[in-house]
Amino acid sequence: MFQVRIHGRGGQGVVTAAELLAVAVFEGGKHAQAFPSFGSERTGAPVVAYCRISDHEIRAREPIMEPDVLIIQDASLIKQIDVFAGLQPRGYVIINSAESAEELQLADKIKVPHSLAILPATEIALTHLGRPVPNAVLLGAFSALTGVVPLEAVASAINGKFKPKIAASNVAAATAAYEYVMNQVATHA
Amino acid sequence: MLKQVEGSKAVADAVAACQPEVICAYPISPQTHIVEGLSALVKDGTLPNCEFINVESEFAAMSVAIGSSATGARTYTATASQGLLYMVEAVYNASGLGLPIVMTVANRAIGGPINIWNDHSDSMSQRDSGWLQLYAENNQEAVDLHIQAFRIAEEMSMPVMVCMDGFILTHAYEQVDIPTTEEVKAFLPPFVPRQHLDPADPVSIGAMVGPESFMEVKYLAHQRMIDSLEKVQQVADDFEAHFGRKTGGLLRSYRTDGAETIVLALGSIIGTLKDVIDELQLDGKSIGVVGLTSFRPFPYEAVAAALKGAKRVIILEKAFSTGTGGIVTQDVARAIEGMGIKDFTVIAGLGGRPITIASLRNYLTNAMAENIERLTFLDLEIDTVEVEINKERALR
Repeated sequence: MFQVRIHGRGGQGVVTAAELLAVAVFEGGKHAQAFPSFGSERTGAPVVAYCRISDHEIRAREPIMEPDVLIIQDASLIKQIDVFAGLQPRGYVIINSAESAEELQLADKIKVPHSLAILPATEIALTHLGRPVPNAVLLGAFSALTGVVPLEAVASAINGKFKPKIAASNVAAATAAYEYVMNQVATHA
Repeated sequence: MLKQVEGSKAVADAVAACQPEVICAYPISPQTHIVEGLSALVKDGTLPNCEFINVESEFAAMSVAIGSSATGARTYTATASQGLLYMVEAVYNASGLGLPIVMTVANRAIGGPINIWNDHSDSMSQRDSGWLQLYAENNQEAVDLHIQAFRIAEEMSMPVMVCMDGFILTHAYEQVDIPTTEEVKAFLPPFVPRQHLDPADPVSIGAMVGPESFMEVKYLAHQRMIDSLEKVQQVADDFEAHFGRKTGGLLRSYRTDGAETIVLALGSIIGTLKDVIDELQLDGKSIGVVGLTSFRPFPYEAVAAALKGAKRVIILEKAFSTGTGGIVTQDVARAIEGMGIKDFTVIAGLGGRPITIASLRNYLTNAMAENIERLTFLDLEIDTVEVEINKERALR
């Protein structure tokens, strides 16, 4: 079982990100279960969504308390709530921010070594979509950092969800994010 | 076709595959996505023979459903929580008139305090309404139960509630095989009403019944409910023959062979329980789970057979009768009378409180040693409530 928790704010497409990830996983022949944290949806309010990935049928329905991957769609949440709660040792962290790990003061929050990707997903979204919606962008980063789903599967999920024009720009944005993170990984290696 | 899809969308597609002729509903969380999905399917022409009627309330939704079903139209509606309570007067009339309406209840808590999250208080409040109540373990079963429900309803001339956990199932994306309209047609024949309203051949449905025969009418309803036990299982068996899936029916046992302790539960928590039972069995513990699909009709004999040989049964309930305890427990206790099986009740997940594997494992470990009260509220903040109880008592 591989567990993903996505933090963001109402309006950033947090639930859609979990859905797209689940569809991408499904298309790769695995089982996925995506669900929101069921809060009252308000624009700007903290929102959480989850996605479980497994080779087998997924039966458990508790919230994900010990994620293997954290996707943080809005870095301002880091100071507001304990987004890192329960993160698995050596788990993956993907943060939407134009700032560095030092500027985000991540050392205070994450003590053990984690695979980390920080990328300006909002800016990438603005470039390709003209709208500050970072959800699909971050799935490109997820694909690059974890290797759990191929970028093609993410693209396919995006194409299945949106109308062609919006889908194409989201795929372009996710691809740009994928390359951004691949370059980061290559630099660190 | 196998799809990765939201539970609500899957149910909307399954209902559409049943070719309803009238859908009338009033939106309420967490049912909303189901009726939105269906209204889109009516609008885009997927259901050319279906009328989607917008109504001003749940009371109107059920009233329209009664009217349309009485004219012989296959009729569907959906609701939850306060919406179900608001339609209650008409809910009883639908069953009293023997109208085979199918209704989804996207299970949600009842206020006050207002709470939009999941538990079973809403459908459990309609225990005695004369409707069948089938509970879905996962979204595949939610889909399959709707298809089975139309057939059970129409063959018995009784209304059926399909209960699926709000948010936990309605808003979850998982893989679901949704039968096509053609596949459903081969399983679900066209609706032929026992009697129907027709201006060309007028009949009265729902005339007043006085003291001289009201008891008889109600007894007939009682007997019909008991008779429906056979139908629920028979339709599930036939569904399996058509679609190759064992869903629906009265109940299903999981790893209960020789189990000393058996947990009995309804709805989506069964999945989590199965994972916990696997863990506990790995530790050598003698425990299994019975998932109760059919709460009404209540399968006394099937429950007794499923629990036979166990030392104790733990009934996990997402609703309770204030001041008394478990609702399902009352029926289970009657089913196992004289069998020497002790019954315990755990109330869990009220108002959307997550039911975690850790809490279940801890509770069940204590339960196997009978180191528990007869009635437990899982993860209750006991210190908080005790302070409040003492304050309240001091003020009286």
